[in-house]
Amino acid sequence: MGTVCEENAAALWDSGQSPREAFEGIVKKHMKDAYFIALGLVGNREDALELSQEAFYRAYKHFDQLNSKGKFFPWFYQILRNLCFSHLRKRRVRRDYQVRNSECGVRISDPESNPQSEIRDPQSDEIADHFDPEMIAERNESKDRIWRAISQLDEKHREVIVLRHFQNMSYDEMAKMLFCNRGTVTSRLFYARQRLKEILDHVKGGQEQ
Amino acid sequence: MTCQDHKDLMMAYLDDELDDEQKRAFEAHLASCSDCAKDLEEFKKLKRMTDCVALAEPEDRVWDEYWNRLYNRIERGTGWILFSVAAIALLIYGGFELVETIIEDRAVGVLAKIGVLALIGGLAILFVSVLRERLYFWGRDRYKDVRR
Repeated sequence: MGTVCEENAAALWDSGQSPREAFEGIVKKHMKDAYFIALGLVGNREDALELSQEAFYRAYKHFDQLNSKGKFFPWFYQILRNLCFSHLRKRRVRRDYQVRNSECGVRISDPESNPQSEIRDPQSDEIADHFDPEMIAERNESKDRIWRAISQLDEKHREVIVLRHFQNMSYDEMAKMLFCNRGTVTSRLFYARQRLKEILDHVKGGQEQ
Repeated sequence: MTCQDHKDLMMAYLDDELDDEQKRAFEAHLASCSDCAKDLEEFKKLKRMTDCVALAEPEDRVWDEYWNRLYNRIERGTGWILFSVAAIALLIYGGFELVETIIEDRAVGVLAKIGVLALIGGLAILFVSVLRERLYFWGRDRYKDVRR
């Protein structure tokens, strides 16, 4: 991952290639990182694929905005994270709307397909939040709990956990990606892990009762 | 240094991001502060658990098809832009031709001609008004450079 943060745009755009060929090379080089970052942020395969592809599409359209000395991946990452966060906000707004409707007793799901869920439980809606546990390799109960706890972190804390634990980035690389200093990265990681610990303790406490 | 300062160092210690001097200073603090030592143990446990979580690789066909799907999107995007620009240009051209024909046609009544001219005038005013409003707010929007 280290070199990814250092590669500048000019180095990626080989003069001997057509723009399409050059961009194809860039996409093939970074598609896995883009997909797994998006997956960590939004929690399910379909959205991660769609959002990572949309981010590449927008990067292609606006490639001229990246100057030749600019680093490609940190720039691309800004597009990707903004898309993911915007997607999560829209999802939250939709969910809040459904919760409000369910509180008013409005039927929001198909009662024929599932008679038990005629009126949804707002809390279970909040927990589910589209984070698919099938996205974890070699699942077990403990990993499921961590994944679920990550899904409950707020955006900027989830982001540092994803970059550190799933992308194995160093603090310096994270600082470059997030356009902030090392101190901010450290502090965000501290609060993210503390929050993660609180969520896990809360879940554990709930199970023991 | 306070315990709070050491909390920031704790993360870097946990992730092996401290230099030797910082590491020694932090370990010296740990030896004298049981609260920080206890916190570190808890964070170590959490880190071990989190490090065990890995995201599942999708099937190979996802990577095989990735570029083709993206290329289709780029191609269609370009197609839509060309189509939209051409459609707008043709609509404007056709509109002017139509208006010209109506105005020059002696068979069309004066009232109908005034109606067509008023329609064009109204559209022009609306267009200029919206454009001016957008430019006015864009120039004064203090948050336009804020990255969301």
